[in-house]
Amino acid sequence: MLADYGYIGIYLLLATLIPVSMLLIPWALSFVGVKPHNPTPVKLETYESGMRTIGGSWIRFNFRYYYFALLFVIFDVEVVFLFPWAVYLDKLKLFGLIEMGIFILILMVGYAYAWRKKALEWS
Amino acid sequence: MDWFYELWPKLGEAFRGWLESALPDSIEGWVIYLVLGLLSMLVIVNLPIVGVMAMIYMERRLLGRFQNRLGPNRVGPFGILQPVADAIKIMTKEDIVPNGVDRIVFNIAPIVMLTPILLMFAVIPYGGDTFLTNLNVGILFIVAITAVDTIAIFMAGWSSNNKYALFGAMRAVAQLVSYEIPLLIAILGVVVITGTMNLNEIVAHQSSLPLILFQPLGFVIFFVAISAELNRSPFDLLEADSEIIAGFHTEYSGMKFGMFQLAEFAALMGYSAVIATLYLSGWEGPGLPGYLWLFVKVFFIFGIFVWTRATLPRLRIDQVMALAWKFLLPLSFLNVAITAVEVVVWENGLPEWLIPVNIVIGAGLVAIMHRGLNFQGQTRQVVPSGPERLAAINRPVGGGTE
Repeated sequence: MLADYGYIGIYLLLATLIPVSMLLIPWALSFVGVKPHNPTPVKLETYESGMRTIGGSWIRFNFRYYYFALLFVIFDVEVVFLFPWAVYLDKLKLFGLIEMGIFILILMVGYAYAWRKKALEWS
Repeated sequence: MDWFYELWPKLGEAFRGWLESALPDSIEGWVIYLVLGLLSMLVIVNLPIVGVMAMIYMERRLLGRFQNRLGPNRVGPFGILQPVADAIKIMTKEDIVPNGVDRIVFNIAPIVMLTPILLMFAVIPYGGDTFLTNLNVGILFIVAITAVDTIAIFMAGWSSNNKYALFGAMRAVAQLVSYEIPLLIAILGVVVITGTMNLNEIVAHQSSLPLILFQPLGFVIFFVAISAELNRSPFDLLEADSEIIAGFHTEYSGMKFGMFQLAEFAALMGYSAVIATLYLSGWEGPGLPGYLWLFVKVFFIFGIFVWTRATLPRLRIDQVMALAWKFLLPLSFLNVAITAVEVVVWENGLPEWLIPVNIVIGAGLVAIMHRGLNFQGQTRQVVPSGPERLAAINRPVGGGTE
């Protein structure tokens, strides 16, 4: 089992090396003269459908994103508890079923509250 | 014939035998182990890159057929060399880094995007003894590692110094994060039945019947959630061309853009393999060897993805969020609850007569939960027909600011 994680570690190095080399090979190609490099001021402008760029890009955005992030954290942490339960359900049997039923029921109260308070609506 | 059916294990054995005879005895065993591991890693890390070329070709040809045109057919026989030509072109394209971008984050984002996708291929079982690692938390590892992509997308959008890129990144984070939960809970149904997160054991559990028969609802939830996670067409509004140009990779060009594209298709390939492993009994099948069966299934599932892309129009952001939170989430919890009750009641494996019962329950739940979406059978304002339509068209533009 530990050797498997060791393999994953080595594989991670390899899997990082390939994207890095994908960036480096075109960079090296530009010295050989295969790849053009003629930046002009207009070309380097921020793309905005052909118009001159107006204002900065770090603008205000819809606060709804924040609601969904909060809800995500709640449910994601819940799923972390659910996975070990699912693996051992055949040994926990009815006890595990009732126990997890109560746990999910408590969470569902919060979910129903969020739905009722219109936190799940976009507009 | 043995060589045909167990090609990769036999290749490994033969290579190990050759290494042991060729190298001096003073070399320890673990060195050979490491060399063999590195070789198989090289094969697996190149697998998605080659596979993506085939998938891009297949998608373009299929989409062409769906839209009643030919698709690429000029480069090589049947246009089969088109992806190679595209790769050469994208490598030699000018690499534009616009003014005002955060250079470090801008350059790291494609790497952060691609690395986790390549990592997920390490745990997928390709055949009987054909896998790189046999992790006991395989499926959880895949979901956890590919969730890193959300960060890469946000890095790309934030560092680009472009409003469209930022909008695309914001939408991406909201959408990917929302669909993560139905996805995880749909997987939970499979884990409850098989009692393991190890992908090899999940495949072994399906040697007689594929799990899609016992988990029809779970499969549907997983499929919808994964097409949203992978930005496939009904949910591709984070790079909706007609609204926000190209979303988070608006400012990318050349190979960096190619890497985003590569990561997207590699994720599609990896998750098609995961769907095949979880629900369609993975590499198992009659006649062909396991590694070929897996790829037959992967390309079949990919064909369904292309089909949905060609058929369904893009959704609005509020519809996408409502679908995740009001429809898929309760449905996936109900699916896990029903599956858990079934597993507790029938301790020695589920009986086969449950298959039609499960399909009926799944269809009924979808029909009932559909009301929770509150779309009343229409997804947007329908333009009336007849004289009302004429009136609607002739109504003055600007809608009454008088």
